[in-house]
Amino acid sequence: MSSSQTADPKSARAHARAMEGTQVEAMPTVPATATRAVPSGVDMQSMLWEETIAGGGYAAKELRRGARLRLVDVHGDACVSMLVFNAERPVERLNMADTVKVQWNAYVGVGSLLLSDMGRALLSVLEDTALTHDTFCGASNAASNARRYGSGDNWGPHPNARDRLALGAAKFGLARRDIHPCMNWFKEVRIASDGSTVLGKGPFAPGRSVTLRTEMDVIVVLANCPHPLDPREQYAVTPVRACAWRGEITAADDSIRNASPEALRAFQNVEEYFRR
Amino acid sequence: MREQPLPPLQGPIVHDEVIAARAPWHHVVRRGQTLRIVDLEGNQAVDFLMYRLEDEAERYSAQDTIATQGNIFLRTGTVLLSNEGRPMARITATALPHHDTIGGACSCESNTLRYGFHTKAQHACVENFLQAAGAYGLGKRDLVSNINWFMNVPVEPDGALGIVDGISAPGLFVDLRAEMDLIAVISNCPQINNPCNGFDPTPVRAIIAG
Repeated sequence: MSSSQTADPKSARAHARAMEGTQVEAMPTVPATATRAVPSGVDMQSMLWEETIAGGGYAAKELRRGARLRLVDVHGDACVSMLVFNAERPVERLNMADTVKVQWNAYVGVGSLLLSDMGRALLSVLEDTALTHDTFCGASNAASNARRYGSGDNWGPHPNARDRLALGAAKFGLARRDIHPCMNWFKEVRIASDGSTVLGKGPFAPGRSVTLRTEMDVIVVLANCPHPLDPREQYAVTPVRACAWRGEITAADDSIRNASPEALRAFQNVEEYFRR
Repeated sequence: MREQPLPPLQGPIVHDEVIAARAPWHHVVRRGQTLRIVDLEGNQAVDFLMYRLEDEAERYSAQDTIATQGNIFLRTGTVLLSNEGRPMARITATALPHHDTIGGACSCESNTLRYGFHTKAQHACVENFLQAAGAYGLGKRDLVSNINWFMNVPVEPDGALGIVDGISAPGLFVDLRAEMDLIAVISNCPQINNPCNGFDPTPVRAIIAG
């Protein structure tokens, strides 16, 4: 057809290049230092990552020890499932059972640690304006999304968190058997006295956020899909913004490090790991 | 203490073994067979994982099981789900009101956080899991949140959570009927620093029938 803009390689190249500069909501800012949303108090040159992840989307990122990672529930209906690996040796990963057991508490909030299966702190929670998270219910999967929404495939309109996490992990050479029990940010699950799970599904106020500090070099994998307990018939989930910046490695007098004997030993194990 | 009489199992007994205190154990359980675990002396935590025989990347998922039944406690009737949301096994009978799946397995490394660096060299469930799962070519990356049969982990309204005094007794049991061909892996928990084994690890019995 003579009206085609892509009939030969040079035309196709021009057509492709004409897309440059397109802005959509769910995209990374590259370089991250060009973001127009530098967190207050942060030097623009310290920015490491700035990306908005769509509802149903995912991302994976490697961050050095001492980085800050902020997740923002932009519109108030995000649900972020998170995997965490030691970037240097990914066979070490987040252990949700140890996270609640070692800290003697079922819920994660300011001052909490996310612990690895090697007795070390992977992440600590510096700030939390959401206060509604879930340590128990994990990721949706293809079967659970198919039951609720009619489909759950990565290539369809209702991606499930497990298959999203699998793609994110795959970008770092990790496979389905590496998908460990996950942390869920922004949707709340509380445990009632009879053991039942009680979901606070929101939607919540826009702009809530949680700010984490990486205590080791980590790979984080994020999937933003409806919570497995979400009772809504519609696939309801809104974008999450992830941003990260360089920061100081946790100091000996840090209040989270010294908050409990268990926390202190988790940090001592980290410091011993980096004694090299 | 006097042992409770065990109810009969359906089908022929294909395996019957006493698992020593502190020991690992593994066995294939075929679809339709029942695995019975008996707490011989009472209050002995039995850490348990299972993998689909045909594809071990599919394995027990505590989070899927909790989310789907809407409850953290494992009871008679609980369907134990895989990470793909498929039924792996069903609790067909148990003499206990509930079992645990949020407390995880003890490890040398987590023991250092929970009790101090002096516990680093003590034997732990992850050591048993690594040995037992290793028999099938599985390793550390295959260990996920497990089941703790006969273990009691309450969650209080403020979130306080912990392994507390047990609710089991000599001769109490749990029966699992396999819904697919499984590799069952057990660590007969060697922990001596908390009440999960009454501070005294003891043997348990595993019976497969059907």
